[in-house]
Amino acid sequence: MRSSKHLLKALALSGGMIASLLLAGPAAARTLNIGVMGELASFDTSQVSGGVWESQVLMDVYEGLLKKGPDGEPLPGMATSWEVSEDGKTYTFHLREGAKWSDGQPVTAEDFVFGWQHLLDPQNASKYAYMLYPVVNAEAVNTGDQPLEQLGIRSLDEGRTFEVSLNAPTPYFLQLMTHYTAYPQPKHLYDEYGRRWIDLANIATNGAFKPVGWVSQSRIDTVKNPEYYDADQVALDGVTFHTTEDRNSAITRFRAGEFDIITDYPSSRYAWLKENLPEATHMAPYLGSYYYVLNQREGRKTADPRVREALNLAVRRDVLSNQIMAGSFAEGLSFVPPGVSHYQPQEMDLGDADYQDRLARAKALMEDAGYTPANPLRVDLRYNTADEHRQIAVAIAAMWRPIGVEVNMVNAEATVHYQTIAQGDFDIARAGWIADYNDAENFLTLLRTGVGNNYGAYSNPEYDELMAQAANTQDLDARERVLEQAEQLAMNDYALIPLLYYVSRNLVDPSIRGWEDNVQDNHPSRWVSFAE
Amino acid sequence: MLTYILKRFGQAIPTLLIVITVSFFLMRLAPGGPFDGERQLPPEIEANLMAAYHLDEPLWSQYLRYMGGLLQGDFGPSFKYKDFSVTDLIMQGFPVSLELGAWAIVLALAIGLPLGIIAALKRNSTVDYVVMGIALGGIAVPNFVIAPIMALVFGVMLAWLPAGGWNGGAWANMVLPVIALSIQQIAAIARLTRASMIEVLGSQYIRTARAKGLSEWEVILHHALRPSLLPVISYLGPAIAGIITGSIVIEQIFGLPGIGRYFVQGALNRDYTLVMGVVVFYGVLIVLLNLIVDLLYSVLDPQIRYDD
Repeated sequence: MRSSKHLLKALALSGGMIASLLLAGPAAARTLNIGVMGELASFDTSQVSGGVWESQVLMDVYEGLLKKGPDGEPLPGMATSWEVSEDGKTYTFHLREGAKWSDGQPVTAEDFVFGWQHLLDPQNASKYAYMLYPVVNAEAVNTGDQPLEQLGIRSLDEGRTFEVSLNAPTPYFLQLMTHYTAYPQPKHLYDEYGRRWIDLANIATNGAFKPVGWVSQSRIDTVKNPEYYDADQVALDGVTFHTTEDRNSAITRFRAGEFDIITDYPSSRYAWLKENLPEATHMAPYLGSYYYVLNQREGRKTADPRVREALNLAVRRDVLSNQIMAGSFAEGLSFVPPGVSHYQPQEMDLGDADYQDRLARAKALMEDAGYTPANPLRVDLRYNTADEHRQIAVAIAAMWRPIGVEVNMVNAEATVHYQTIAQGDFDIARAGWIADYNDAENFLTLLRTGVGNNYGAYSNPEYDELMAQAANTQDLDARERVLEQAEQLAMNDYALIPLLYYVSRNLVDPSIRGWEDNVQDNHPSRWVSFAE
Repeated sequence: MLTYILKRFGQAIPTLLIVITVSFFLMRLAPGGPFDGERQLPPEIEANLMAAYHLDEPLWSQYLRYMGGLLQGDFGPSFKYKDFSVTDLIMQGFPVSLELGAWAIVLALAIGLPLGIIAALKRNSTVDYVVMGIALGGIAVPNFVIAPIMALVFGVMLAWLPAGGWNGGAWANMVLPVIALSIQQIAAIARLTRASMIEVLGSQYIRTARAKGLSEWEVILHHALRPSLLPVISYLGPAIAGIITGSIVIEQIFGLPGIGRYFVQGALNRDYTLVMGVVVFYGVLIVLLNLIVDLLYSVLDPQIRYDD
């Protein structure tokens, strides 16, 4: 007995020693290990598919005219200054002197012209090309109706100045300049290698880090880019992004010290993490809205505003947020989440706070519309397969039952779910929207008549009018008021069921400095360092 | 023998053709497409995408295009992982899956076979019950339960081994996934070995061998073992194909860059070319391994001959 115990101990010791030897590595290396929740689609920014984990990698290796600060707010990047014309339609950017690609070549306005044309070239079939549609002729170029040269951008002063002409004053345009669709691409490399310029042997990037290794589905290794203009200020030697789709194993690997940061964790683990890793567990408001779409096409039961109001009244959002999601979502009564710059979310008015009163009103409305618990409203509730969505759907179905709603739950994988609701073949459906840029318009445009992502086909000419007016209003305060008016209108129409606001969920090693929670959940590694 | 092998290859071609054709059309029958997602694309952008991947052509023409590419060894581009072709993805991931899978099978045989034999020899004894109880547990407990527990215990609590990652194939990174992969195989092999061993031990020629006065060990090693391996071998053919093409569960839990995930993710993303690529690859492996199994039969059992 004793000897076997000793043997075990010896085994444990030697195993531990070998493992720690293997894990130790050189002491000076300060590489940040980030567990990201998906795989980058491409280093060619025109081929990116839109996952949040993709912008994470791209913002560390590339830089647009503007870049993001540690708080997610825009700062001068490749452009050090810019002017906007009187009418708000022409932007002139002055490029940074000495800005270089990682191969030492200068970053010029030609690289921006090339990058933007590349994105909009119909042959490149970029999914996110529409982000640049505010630029003159962008849409026509992207559909192939106009040649690339007709795009409203120019390189001036031998590539020192970049000029952009817009269709209309676009107040969020500078925000857009931090997005990866507006990054430059190294024209000199494309001329030399064609599409293969993104091969790691050929690639050059203009951000704080440059990619040096990529094992698909496993890791992307980057090292500090010595040509970066601010290289002196970059504390890290490199950043490694580990593709970790399983969020629970991401937590395990974080606890094992293999990751310094993980960019998401399951909401069900929040309580445990807060208890056991309080200093590492971050949760912060995020520019995302979790809502139910109400199909308002003719002939649908949810086209009746009384039904829409009753469905909204009967939902207890506090229960969803605090009990069902254990505090890992915030309750929401507006479509636009709080935290959007230059905007005040407009909440749906559901009257007094007393739930019993609300329920009574909802019942009366339903009876008025011809439904009672004996003769219930039968609706399909569709959601894309995921634990969180199912839990929320089950809870809401239970909340609706007393007012005479019988829910038939239909779940499908995301691809099928979104295809079905895009075709309008549903009653009520789960949807979510994460902002592309920090502006209320990015949410509110989803309720305009005829817009692709307006799944419920909400249509109110007055709303469309307000949105058009906002698009042409340059003054930020005036524009804010118009947009707020629009949201209030949609909320009064019960255009959808606002439910929850997304939150960002990160685990960040407490020894990390320069990492801040922010509403866009953007954390460029350029600002990050380790405490000594 | 050579003629037999050639004949089998000849038969494999129509089999693979059917597999490819059926998968191609089944994949297209699935609702949704590679570009459906949370954000609906403006129609003009969707049109650009469809044109770029020839998805705007009639299905039969896409099929011919795909088969044409396949004949030249071209699996096409991945719709989702754009910096890699499907061939790149398989060639990058397969060595990882193969290495893990091969070790898992070695481990499974090294443990499963002796366990099965012991259980058969001590039939209906406590040893038998314990071994088979453990084996049943190994089959019943799914690896998505065992793997995270192992990562937690050995990666976090004891910190003996990395909790995940491939690290270029360092042995420390392989230990946990290999064990997790092999547990179910150990159980399956032990059960199969036990059952066939019991059957063989009851046969006439074993009685003859014993009657000749051979020791029990000689009887088992020289007379009983080989024939009782036959069911294990035929199980191993397809099982090996399955194991060396990776496991999405193990890959995701330990963050390994194998190809197992492509079967599932490719299908969920409607990444048509990727799904086809892994299906063709898997099909070829199955055909090859089944052939090897049949050839091994003739080695193990003198009654089986592949003469013309």
